[in-house]
Amino acid sequence: MTFQFLVANVVVTAGAFFLLVGSIGLVRLPDFYTRAHATGKSDTLGVILVTLGLVIHEGLTLNSAKIALILAFVGLTNPTATHALTRAAIRFGLKPWFRKDDAEGKEG
Amino acid sequence: MDKYFVYLGVLLTVIILIPLYRIVRGPTLFDRMLGAGAVGTKTMVLILTIGFIFDRVDMFIDITLAYAVLNFIGTIAIAKYLLTLKSRGKP
Repeated sequence: MTFQFLVANVVVTAGAFFLLVGSIGLVRLPDFYTRAHATGKSDTLGVILVTLGLVIHEGLTLNSAKIALILAFVGLTNPTATHALTRAAIRFGLKPWFRKDDAEGKEG
Repeated sequence: MDKYFVYLGVLLTVIILIPLYRIVRGPTLFDRMLGAGAVGTKTMVLILTIGFIFDRVDMFIDITLAYAVLNFIGTIAIAKYLLTLKSRGKP
């Protein structure tokens, strides 16, 4: 195993870790907005890291150029989709979550 | 080297199975849509990994690009449709 493959494996494993954190946050957090926070940033960073590791593993070919194109596309579109969904939720009138014993939290 | 991508594929499958809980019993429609988007994003990475397992990266990259575009357009279309709805008491 050469140094290039070792670096690629480390970067890809870090990206898979961020994807796992995004999934756990999507299940465990209490509100739509906090879940959007978890999946909008962690998933984007995870996909970017995994594709960057695959580019390092592939070397300098046409395939790695295409994978870099996927990287740029996901980095642009994944936060855009999350933002559009969150804006639709705010216009819809979805209330944010407050703690139960908070002064302004009547919703629970 | 091939073993590593097989392990990565299994790990990604487990990661994809977690947000299905949020899709099945999300309290609101937006939670379900968010979970569907997260599953789509992770499935993209899984397709790319499968291409590395079977050593046919040139074919699977195009599938991944098409999947990314479809996932993005689907989420944007649902969000634009939900902008036209009004709140009727309970979401």
